[in-house]
This record gives sequence, C-alpha cells and structure tokens, in this order.
Amino acid sequence: MTGLSSWIAMGGHAPFVWGSYGVSALILGALAIVSWRGHRAARALVARLEAEGARRRPAPGANAAASTAAPERAA
Amino acid sequence: MDRPATPPAALASGQAAPAHAAPEGARATAGRVNLHRFANPGRFLRLSGQLLPWIAAAAALLLGLGLAWGLAFSPADYQQGETVRIMYIHVPSAWVAMACYSTMAIASASALVWRHPLADLVAIECAPIGACFTAVCLVTGSLWGRPMWGTYWVWDARLTSVLLLFFLYLGHIALVNAFDDPARGRRAGAILALVGAVNLPIIKFSVDWWSTLHQPASVSRLAAPAIHPDILWPLLVMALAFTLLFAALLLLRVRAAIYAQRARALMAARAAVRA
Amino acid sequence: MTRKRRRLWILLLCALGLGSATALVLTALDDHLVFFFSPSDLAERPPPPERLFRVGGLVETGSVERAEGSTVRFRVTDGAKTLPVTFQGLLPDLFREGQGVVAQGRLGPDGVFRATEVLARHDETYMPPEVADALRRAGHWKPGDPLPGGAPSGTPAGAPRPASGS
Repeated sequence: MTGLSSWIAMGGHAPFVWGSYGVSALILGALAIVSWRGHRAARALVARLEAEGARRRPAPGANAAASTAAPERAA
Repeated sequence: MDRPATPPAALASGQAAPAHAAPEGARATAGRVNLHRFANPGRFLRLSGQLLPWIAAAAALLLGLGLAWGLAFSPADYQQGETVRIMYIHVPSAWVAMACYSTMAIASASALVWRHPLADLVAIECAPIGACFTAVCLVTGSLWGRPMWGTYWVWDARLTSVLLLFFLYLGHIALVNAFDDPARGRRAGAILALVGAVNLPIIKFSVDWWSTLHQPASVSRLAAPAIHPDILWPLLVMALAFTLLFAALLLLRVRAAIYAQRARALMAARAAVRA
Repeated sequence: MTRKRRRLWILLLCALGLGSATALVLTALDDHLVFFFSPSDLAERPPPPERLFRVGGLVETGSVERAEGSTVRFRVTDGAKTLPVTFQGLLPDLFREGQGVVAQGRLGPDGVFRATEVLARHDETYMPPEVADALRRAGHWKPGDPLPGGAPSGTPAGAPRPASGS
C-alpha cells in the first residue's frame, strides 16, 4: 500500500506529474474523438447522398463518385 | 477545429471538385509521374482504410506500453526525481509537433508547385493536429518548469520559438477559413506554412545558438545520448507511439476531408440536375 | 512541365531569400536573444550599472552560504570566471552546488550581483540515482560535472556519456 501511495505522491510533485498526463490525455483524447466523429459523419453523409442519388436517377456526378467509393464501404 | 459545414458558398468549389477528380485519374493512367497514383483520392481512401486500423492499434498498444513503462517501471532521475516522468510526454509531443509542421510545409510546397489535390488536404489537416501536440508540449513543459526551474514560463529563445509554432498553427487554421473562395484560402495557408518553416531550425538550434534556460538536446546523437538506457527506452517507445498516433489522426482527418469534398460535389451535382 | 518547373524555382528562390533574411535578422538580434550572460561575458563586456540582466552558470561547489534570514550568498562560475551573488528569497528545488543556475538582478558597485530572481537550470543528462552513485564512487565525479566521457574502469555498462556536440 505504501508503494502505491508513494507512487501516487510522485516525490511530492504529484500535481505537476499527474496534471501533465491528465491535460495531455484531455487534449489528445478530444482531438481523437472530434476527428473520429467528423470522419464518421462525413462518410455517412456521402453514403446517404449516394443512396438518394441512385434511387432518384443515375446522375453522372453521383455515379462517378459511387464507383470509387464502393470498394471503400466494403472494407 | 472541425471543418465548417458546407455552406451554399462552398458549392462554387464543389462544382470544381468533380472536374478536378476526373483529369487527375486520367493523369494517373498516363503514368507519367508515379506520385500522382497516391494523389488519387479514391486510391487514398482505399489504402488508408486498410492501413488505419493497424496504425491505430499499434499506436494504442505502444501508448499503453510507454505509459506503464514511463509512469511505473522506469527509475527516477538522480537530480529531478519523479518529475522526470513528465519528459515522456513533453519530449515526444515536441518532436511530433515539429514533424507535423515539416509534413505541413512539404505538403504545402507540393500543393503550390505540383497542385496535388491531396497535398492541400494533408496540409490543412496537419494544422489542428500540430496545434494540439504543441499545446501538450507547452503545457507539460510549463508544469515541468515550475518544480524544476522555479518558473512556469520564461521568454527564452526555445520557449518563445515553440510558442510561435503554436501561433503559426492557429494562424494557419484561421487563414485557411478566412476566404470566401476555398481555393484562395488553401493557397494563402500554403504560403503561410512555408514562410513559417523558418521557425523549425530556430526551434531546433535555439538551445545551441543562444543561451537559454532550456537545456540542450539529450538525444542529439543516438550513438551516445546523455540519457541512461533505463530512461531512454520508455522515451523512445512513447515517441514511436506519438508518431503513430499522429499518423493515424492525419489519415483519419484527411479521409474525412475527402468525404466532405465528395459530399459537396454530390450536392452540387444534385443541384445542377434539379436546375 | 515547364510551368511546374518555374513554380518550383520561384519557390526555391523565395525560400533562399527568406532564409537569408531570417539569418541576418537573427544575427543582428543576437544580444537580445541570449537569455543570460556568463561571468566571462560580463568580464569581457561589463554591462552599464543598474541595468537589469541575467547571469548564468554553475553554482560553485562549496560557495553557498546561508546568512541571517533567507539571504543566500553563492558564486556563479563558468569555469573561467566567477561572480559573487546574493539573493533573498525562496530557491527552486533544483538549486544545488555544482548545478546550473540563472539569476536575474543588478550588478552592485562592489562587484556583487544582487539577484531578484533565481532559476535553476539543469543539464541534459538523465540517469537513475543508483547509476549516479556508482559513477560518484568510481571516480571523483559529482553532480553537475560533465559525465566521465573517457569511461573509467568503474563506469557501469551502458552508462551515459555527455553529448559533447555542443
């Protein structure tokens, strides 16, 4: 137990050491989550637009985009 | 931090995008310049989709290993005691912050000279990632400086040049989004990124050229670094983990940017059909 | 192809111009970019009296005296010259004999530097305490000294060496 509490105390500089790790986790974690959500939303939007485009009529622009995106959705 | 939603103004560029994609593919089949094969957004999506899970998994694995090693299993320093553990995030984030700027500068140069469609996206997506890593570097350095040096901040050449790097990233984000015409914003951003690249050697060599409160580099030569292996190894593991994390974030964000561009093109095409 | 070639050349020329302009500016600003002066710098070019500046170097071993109150007297050395310093206040954790220090203050008429702020400066060597102890026992090495680069017989395998490349 003393081993654990002395580890947490970090030689008396606990706020600085744990603060550094905490702030870093916060910044990089937020960046990762925002990036991942952005990616998911953009991909879903493209998929929705392509599905709507295919249902309505084969628009030339939508077709070209769909052909390159098709293998991607399988992956 | 995220790209703005696609406003009607973006339609102007959306119309340019499909026209953009087709000749790019044609050029790739011509096979004159091999690099253009990877500049094809469709190919990039496919390739990055396959790579991304592996890179992200490796980053997570190494991050876990590095954190456990650095926080629990590495020795304290003979002078700095336990506080030295801040180094395991401070130094890798500084390295990645600079590597990210180098990536941004190289991508900007190839966007200006060769007009790669992907180079612009890479440069633009580097900025928020670099800003975050630089922020981590600044905050952890400050929290390290207080107990060791006796101050959170001094205006010495190293600290000031890294703060300038942070503002360069923020300025790049602001500049790219400041134009109504996205193409002009991208070009202005590319020029800013290249001009700001002079800051990189200044950051690197500031501790050698001028006297600074910040100590000189410890890992300047891998053959004989001034760090004991017990402290050096967790540092290198964390550095590799941060580099992979950077790669994963960049791939993810560039993919998102390609999808956003494609969505704009699809909406523009639909608007054109309706009209 | 020629247009790309031309853009490339324009870019390279701009980079060259910007690089040399920056180099010139930095050279001109050299004195202002320096964070502290060493005792040798001060002996060479004494600063005007009552000017606030910083002096940096190592705390000379055996020079630290704690006077009444919280006043501390020590000497800062860069190997060639030393400068006596007095300071009243709290010293940072890392303030030790033989360790780096940067003091801000004014030079008195008696040649004693009156510091208003003292910051510790550490070197670029990192090692576990046991290794430092072993080094200390093996030779006459002490903290703050450059690590024995010549690797005396007692040096543990894989012991760090100083990064001598400035």
